[in-house]
Amino acid sequence: MKHATEEELFAYRQGDSKERQALAAHVKECAECQAELARLEHVFTALDAMPVPDPGPDYAARVWRQIAPRLPEKRSRWWQAFVLPQRLAVAGAVALLIIAAFLTGRISVNKETGSENAGLGAGKVRERVLVVAVGEHLGKSEMVLVELSNAQPASGQKLINIAAEQRRAENLVAENRLFRQTALEGGDQAIASTLDELERVLLDVANSPEEVTPAQFESIQKRIAEHGILLKVRVVRQELQTAETGRKSQPAQTDSKAKERNKV
Amino acid sequence: MVRMRASGGQQEVAAISDAVAVERTLAGEREAYRVLVERHSAYVYRLAYRMTGNREDAEEVVQEAFLRAYQKLQQFAGNANFATWIYRIAANYAIDRLRQRKSEDSRREQPQRVAEGEPEADPLGDVKDAAPSPERLAGSAQLAAKMKDALDTLTPAERTAIVMRHWDGCGIEEIAAVLRSNTSAAKNTVFRAVQKLRLALKPFVEPRGAARAVGTES
Repeated sequence: MKHATEEELFAYRQGDSKERQALAAHVKECAECQAELARLEHVFTALDAMPVPDPGPDYAARVWRQIAPRLPEKRSRWWQAFVLPQRLAVAGAVALLIIAAFLTGRISVNKETGSENAGLGAGKVRERVLVVAVGEHLGKSEMVLVELSNAQPASGQKLINIAAEQRRAENLVAENRLFRQTALEGGDQAIASTLDELERVLLDVANSPEEVTPAQFESIQKRIAEHGILLKVRVVRQELQTAETGRKSQPAQTDSKAKERNKV
Repeated sequence: MVRMRASGGQQEVAAISDAVAVERTLAGEREAYRVLVERHSAYVYRLAYRMTGNREDAEEVVQEAFLRAYQKLQQFAGNANFATWIYRIAANYAIDRLRQRKSEDSRREQPQRVAEGEPEADPLGDVKDAAPSPERLAGSAQLAAKMKDALDTLTPAERTAIVMRHWDGCGIEEIAAVLRSNTSAAKNTVFRAVQKLRLALKPFVEPRGAARAVGTES
């Protein structure tokens, strides 16, 4: 066999050679090609000898200081993320749901309690609607996260398809953002904070590739477990349920209190 | 109601993932972009330094790359990796910068050459004083300096290709995307860069008379 050309040896070294096996067999036997390969290797060793001066420990902060004043103000606010058509559709659906729930709540409240409870403010009804909607949202999010956390890739499986969970997470992110903003505006910091943490985990899932390696999958599971988000979601959901149950039982108490007041 | 850990604060911001930082920046939270800048600037700096060969230009490339990325953040798909994306922006800017510098240098040098009646030089001829013996250049600092000179003789595309391939282990497709060429041309560019470097460094890294005529019968 002819000696390998420089280009062939280079491709061989880079792992790009189409005739890798034949070349490997030749190089193994041919001292001259071995020496040529070693000489080629010297170039890469020399490349490694070129140091990159350390820009200093505060370099990252310095870059930020230098560019921060030059960054144009982003006009977009939280709601601008909904401008994406897919999210717009989800946001629209959620908004419709809230309006429908609001109207239903108003009618049913008026029917049940009549004029005596006419003082029950629209704010309270809205709060109740939010409580129900957030509870449902947390339930759906919990399901996605539980499915991901409990999934066990089969041994030897090279890629795991999480496309379905990813799409669900993407829709939930849009919902989540709306609820988080509403909770913030309503001054409910605790719910807003949990939704904020949940949003980050959902975003991680939504932004992952459709097919992930077992290592990537494990890292997603770790991120879910890391902040105990599942537990937090469950706690908040339970509290919302308790609060809702408490509210439902309140009219009866109000009636009995009214009777007591009448007796007096 | 159970109180959750309060969100907000720099520590919390620093712990967020790239994807979340991008989302938050897009939502108007400028501080979130700081996370991305601080997380990736050292990595981008190393690429920029190897491509430009000097600190001043490297720092400019880093700043410009992050400014461009901020302006284009809306276009960032979100399913790509931010590190890969900013790396590519920096590589693209650095190659433009190198081309600009080369053309400025050649404009400056041209009148002199015409005056001196020099023929167009082989790029490898630009390697300065390739004569000292291996003993004199045994120190790695000297070798590094020679390598720096040798890298300066490469065309912007060759330099970009070798930096991306050797130091950052980029795939040929990725290099082709930055060079705006096809994969076969990108492969050739990497090889040409290695050939030129090898020739330029021959007196320092190879024993005298070591090279052989390749492609001959064994």
